[in-house]
Amino acid sequence: MSLKIVVLAKQVPDTRNVGKDAMTPEGTVNRQALPAIFNPEDLNALEMALEIKDRVPDTEITILTMGPSRAAEIIRDSMFRGADNGVVLSDRKLGGSDTLATSYAISQAVKKTGKFDIVFGGRQAIDGDTAQVGPQTAEKLEIPQITYAEELVNVDENIITIKRRLERGVEVVKAQFPVLITVHSSAKPCRFYNAKRVMKYKHAFSKSEAEANNLDTNIWNQFPYLKIEEWNAADVEAEDNRIGLTGSPTKVKKIDNVVLTQKENMTIEPTDENLDNLVKNLIDTHIIG
Amino acid sequence: MANFFDDNKGLQFQLNNPMMKEIIRLKERDYADYGKYDYAPKDFEDAMDSYKRVLSLIGEITGEVLANNAESVDNQGVRIEDNAIIYADGTKENHKVLTDAGVYGLSLPRQYGGLNFSYVPYVMAAEIVSHGDCGFANIWGLQDCAETIYEFANDEIKDKYLPMINQGYTCSMDLTEPDAGSDLQSVRLKATFDEANNCWRLNGVKRFITNGDADIKLVLARSEEGTTDGRGLSYFVYDRRDGGVTIRRTENKLGIHGSPTGELVFNNAPAQLVGERKLGLIKYVMSLMNGARLGVGAQSVGLSEAAYREALQYANEREQFGKPIIHFQQVREMLAKMRAKTDATRALLYETARCVDMYKVYEAISKERKLEPEERQILKQYTRLADMLTPMLKLFSSEYANQNTYDCIQVYGGSGFMKDYPCERMYRDARILTIYEGTSQLQVVAAIRGVVSGGYLNRIKEYEQVSLTGENANALQELRNILLPLREDFEKCVERINAFGSTSAAHEFNSRRLVEIAGYLVMAHLLILDSDRDSQFLASARLMTKMAQEKIAERKAFIMNFEEKDLEDYLTLTAE
Repeated sequence: MSLKIVVLAKQVPDTRNVGKDAMTPEGTVNRQALPAIFNPEDLNALEMALEIKDRVPDTEITILTMGPSRAAEIIRDSMFRGADNGVVLSDRKLGGSDTLATSYAISQAVKKTGKFDIVFGGRQAIDGDTAQVGPQTAEKLEIPQITYAEELVNVDENIITIKRRLERGVEVVKAQFPVLITVHSSAKPCRFYNAKRVMKYKHAFSKSEAEANNLDTNIWNQFPYLKIEEWNAADVEAEDNRIGLTGSPTKVKKIDNVVLTQKENMTIEPTDENLDNLVKNLIDTHIIG
Repeated sequence: MANFFDDNKGLQFQLNNPMMKEIIRLKERDYADYGKYDYAPKDFEDAMDSYKRVLSLIGEITGEVLANNAESVDNQGVRIEDNAIIYADGTKENHKVLTDAGVYGLSLPRQYGGLNFSYVPYVMAAEIVSHGDCGFANIWGLQDCAETIYEFANDEIKDKYLPMINQGYTCSMDLTEPDAGSDLQSVRLKATFDEANNCWRLNGVKRFITNGDADIKLVLARSEEGTTDGRGLSYFVYDRRDGGVTIRRTENKLGIHGSPTGELVFNNAPAQLVGERKLGLIKYVMSLMNGARLGVGAQSVGLSEAAYREALQYANEREQFGKPIIHFQQVREMLAKMRAKTDATRALLYETARCVDMYKVYEAISKERKLEPEERQILKQYTRLADMLTPMLKLFSSEYANQNTYDCIQVYGGSGFMKDYPCERMYRDARILTIYEGTSQLQVVAAIRGVVSGGYLNRIKEYEQVSLTGENANALQELRNILLPLREDFEKCVERINAFGSTSAAHEFNSRRLVEIAGYLVMAHLLILDSDRDSQFLASARLMTKMAQEKIAERKAFIMNFEEKDLEDYLTLTAE
């Protein structure tokens, strides 16, 4: 038994460590001020893929990321943790894509990777928080999807069993391959790097990186595993009118910078009754619950 | 997101020592593995980059996992179940994460699944691990046994056991017995050859065995019937899967609760001979012991670093009399001395590790080809230096780790005495460091040879001669000017004590004082040399020089006023 898995990953600005320069005066994210990191839930997704590889050693894991050429960093990162290879989908034409255009481009790239059994992705990216790209990609690939995956229960020849984290409980579901699965942050955190893999893959690079840093691509002939594939829109046969700004119906009208301020102050005595009332009040006013 | 390598500039400085270029070139045999193994480096820069990345990985695991588990491991301890020692849950996780990260077997050759790193980063890993959890550092550090197997066992044993290390099989060195502690010559566990099964059989009891239920055990046993001394002992390797060993108990200890200490009964346990008969104690254990002592040095420095950081953070946060307590001079002095002692013993640790690296690599090369005369000379020089510096390192680093964890509690005040903060655990963990792998007293017995032979004196004079070229050269020369008369005091003290005769009670009585004087001088000089390359050590160099001044004066006063008849009072006061 051997499986082919594609893990969708995104390099995102680290919005969890927001400093005072995080937003531009225009209200957009100041990418320069935030370090680029591996989108956290994509790491949960990679771990679930790696768990399958632990159980089914013949599994091949390909990381697919769309973004500027520096996104090759998260492909190396994934290789250090256990992924076999990776592809950067990078093209100026893809800039400004919303979730519709992005999922189209990604689905085209997934198709180009060949026959696959599972596509994994994080539930959502911390820069957009839409949670739409995974499900839309599944639609475009015309395959079933499992969202909010929390735990890999079982995997066999052509069926995977997954525990989903829902708002008020868990649900265990099964799906046949091929399937797309988005993974929730409550799933296992991703494993650490492996020392030998770090030393092996640290020299892996993409075409753009070779051009920017004057690296000799002949080394790919000697050590093919050092090549990080880089595809553009034409390589994945993406139609120009379905990608980038042209292919994105979502228009951001305005972004407001909301600063939360204290409105009222209340002191209650810590009795059971008071606490009970406080919780009820918070639920009634939709602050919690 | 703590990372105990990335956040430790002192460690990074030691890794960048200029000697590393030659050490790595030799270790990599001019980078001969490049292309043969996909993780082998092509040149020095590549190798150094890999060292940094892997140490950073270990630093991350230690900061994120080991340090977080340390408290629960201390609380839970170990237990025996079905004749097996069960680690604390946190210990199991630590071991699994490090195994999955592929960092066991750091210094083993690649043909055995190792990373073929030189000894210096291996020691650094031990220091980092100990920073996270001093007790776990034993389970990690016992992979030292693989070094002994690699150096002395035959190919059949090497091929069987060495690849197991990277896969996470653990080791123990089974030396101590109820009546053979510091005096290992009295080991009684019996080894007899079983002709029918072509193996040795071990029978007897071992006690205080760290990680006693390890997968791979190196056992010191009496193979020569009728002998009573060290020349009748041989070294054996035992595979846990072969059975024949009963875990009788695990000890209930003051500290390092995560590190199981077992009492074992060998009952016809099958084993294979390592190396040659009769060389067990006099050659192999001595070699393993040197490595283990250096390991305790690393463990001590790691714990000192942890204690310093704990105390520093608390002293900045805790306010009394309207200000953080660090602003009180007595508190600040304690903290600054903790820093200086940590820097000093770290300098000594890696000075020793570099010497070990050099002689180990030439020893390994000597098995592949005949060494050139000048190479033999280098091998001899560094072997001598490593033998001389190792007991000094073990002595000072372990005593300082005790002082630093003691002071850490003092900075915390009453809170430090409570179980609520890690400092009390560190204090308990530190206590074994001056005891196992040879007590401080035994380190003095080993180190006094370097005093009598003039070895330390020569080394100190060499340090004095190294030219200072950095931006702090003038300031550092002033420190050397302080040390110069202290070195002369050292010579006078040695002369006076030697006059009693090197085997006299008076000599034995004063030996620790002499070794300590040498130690203060060596550490101060090392910090001066480090400061010449990096100003971060300048304050520590100054503090250590002043401490040398104070401590040497005290010892000199004792020695110069010492008379042989003084010993009678010690007899009187201890008479039954």
